[in-house]
Amino acid sequence: MSAYQNLEQMKGDFYTQKFEAGKQDGTLIINMGPQHPSTHGVLRIVIEVDGEYIVRSEPVLGYLHRMHEKMGETQTWGGFIPNMGRVDYGHPMAWNWAYVGAVEKLMGIEVPERAEYLRVIMTELNRLTSHLLWWGAYILDLGAFTPIMYAFDDREMLLDILQRPSASRLTYSNFRVGGVQMDLDDKCLELIRTFIPHFRERLPMYHDLVTENLILRRRIEGVGIIDEDMCQRYGCTGPVLRGAGVAYDVRKDEPYSIYDRFDFEIPTQDSACSAGRYHVRVAEMEQSLRIIEQALEQLPSAEGKHIMDKAPKPSMKPPAGEAYFAVEGGRGKIGVYVVSDGSKVPYRVKLRAPGFSNMNAFAEAAKGTILADAVAILGSLDLIIPELDR
Amino acid sequence: MFGIPMILINLVIAAVAAMIWLALNALVLVYCERKFAGHIQRRPGPFEVGPHGALQPLIDGLKLMSKQLLTPDNADGFLFWLAPILSMIPVMLLFMPIPYGPVLTGMEVNLGLLLILAFSSFNGLAVILAGWGSNNKWGVLGAARAVAQTVAYEIPLLLTVLSISFMTGTLNLSEITAQQAGFIWDWNIWKQPLAFLIFIVAMFGETNRAPFDLAEAESELTAGFHTEYSSMGFGLFFMAEYGYMVAMCSICSVLFLGGFYGPFPGIEGWWWMLVKTYALLFLMIWARWTFPRVRFDQLLNLNWKWLLPLATFNLLATALIMKL
Repeated sequence: MSAYQNLEQMKGDFYTQKFEAGKQDGTLIINMGPQHPSTHGVLRIVIEVDGEYIVRSEPVLGYLHRMHEKMGETQTWGGFIPNMGRVDYGHPMAWNWAYVGAVEKLMGIEVPERAEYLRVIMTELNRLTSHLLWWGAYILDLGAFTPIMYAFDDREMLLDILQRPSASRLTYSNFRVGGVQMDLDDKCLELIRTFIPHFRERLPMYHDLVTENLILRRRIEGVGIIDEDMCQRYGCTGPVLRGAGVAYDVRKDEPYSIYDRFDFEIPTQDSACSAGRYHVRVAEMEQSLRIIEQALEQLPSAEGKHIMDKAPKPSMKPPAGEAYFAVEGGRGKIGVYVVSDGSKVPYRVKLRAPGFSNMNAFAEAAKGTILADAVAILGSLDLIIPELDR
Repeated sequence: MFGIPMILINLVIAAVAAMIWLALNALVLVYCERKFAGHIQRRPGPFEVGPHGALQPLIDGLKLMSKQLLTPDNADGFLFWLAPILSMIPVMLLFMPIPYGPVLTGMEVNLGLLLILAFSSFNGLAVILAGWGSNNKWGVLGAARAVAQTVAYEIPLLLTVLSISFMTGTLNLSEITAQQAGFIWDWNIWKQPLAFLIFIVAMFGETNRAPFDLAEAESELTAGFHTEYSSMGFGLFFMAEYGYMVAMCSICSVLFLGGFYGPFPGIEGWWWMLVKTYALLFLMIWARWTFPRVRFDQLLNLNWKWLLPLATFNLLATALIMKL
């Protein structure tokens, strides 16, 4: 008898048992994920549904936990940079920058001017790939198969550009403490210059084909309200916050590097719904193009060893102390906090992932909506699961 | 001949022909769909197996057949395996009364339309059984959606078909076709344009095709009612879906587009039927690869608030005009 009893007790896992503890009245508890097509990886959401309506939901994390923060405590300061490329496969350059920036702040290193421009250009190009990836995948979540192919068509061109100075196509780790690893060659600059007008032509086509589609608009407009108050409570940043009407962008509000030299706008939407977040991201792509254009114009000439000349060795020993550096990633504010005890390895590396905070707002936003809306809300948060779990 | 009634021999031949026709169409349609989808998405589509990937569906079918038939734990085995069969068999019967050519009619049935409408409802039952029998929550959700959807979309479909039969005074598809002989302006589409539009929309709903593929919405319900099906269990559902598409498009061509008659007299033949059916099928494929999926409440709202009143209005108007 004990075997059966044990089996009964072991039904479901820890989270399901905890979740089912509440009272249930003709409702169904379903696991959305970890292998659900629209959780984009291994996010798991336990949902209690009454018919199609969501009574409550709870995200369960930990299926992609890779101990990046702990790894930071065991690797040298320079050796941790490749990890940053793997935290968020959508916008790795921003993560690179956040970590490198924190270490530079700790050590008081000035970055060469050309390297700053290269960082801006590459990060903004990477932001475009991030938003294109989101755009395609989001429309795919909503049931249209084709747009992702168009998005990847353009993304492919961007990857071709980015692979030249970084030697990789997805998990970039070409930023170094005190500079960047490789310079943009002439071919690369030429590719960027041809890409910008090409993409300017494509964006209106995207709007014609997708944004103006009636079915799509009905699916996302007014769905998943995450307003300013909610953003404040959950710590949402990035397009989620800007979609709620708050013009907060780390690039403008806490200017780092050389972003104060560029003229660009922060797109905001007051609707606070999925459509608002959608429009913010699409408008951000245009702003990124503007920044890249200006950066290309102002780019100082490449003479001598101008991108890495003040860089310390990978086995550097920053002075004891702590530093925090925040950048604007594709999903929001990326913060890296490092503590040094003066040795070759960091004492502590804390990563503030914007996706984690944004994801927390899901349960409240999805309450009372129907299952299809939950998918629309989840997609509009632009979650990258490795970033949530770190 | 040997005491076997002629009608029985006719029926068996027609049934076998319908089966072959269904299988052939499924193969061709899978290929067409993947090629169209490929070109819509700026890629070549299947290209490796055979010239331009023409043998791809055949290989896919072989692959499906070679897979293990898996019954999930605690599933109702009988219902679980009954469902795909129940989904497949009525499709073949749908082809019986459809006149594909002057002599190419499986079975002359005076109540052909009624037979088609009756048997096409079987798909809903099969989907419910599949969702219920597979002991999967996503399956149940998919099945529940399918019930509401098929029940809802059956009504406007019926009403439009009814207005056609009011006009023609018959339920026999051959006679409906015969009445449309002549020039292109003799087709029913010009007499019943609203009914045609409603029929097209309801057709998407009836066949569970995108943008109305809510019963299997893969980004919401993983795969909906056929989440747990493997091998030919899935294959049968897949074939049945294409079968329904072909059947519905054939019926639409018969009802509205003049069946096997060409745009002017003297060139009638089965090829016209084929051209019209495939034009409609292309429309369905095109819609699938273009539009996002509608939400479930929107789907039902569209039906109850727009299609149903319009179809009723159309029916009443038809009745009035016929009376006058």
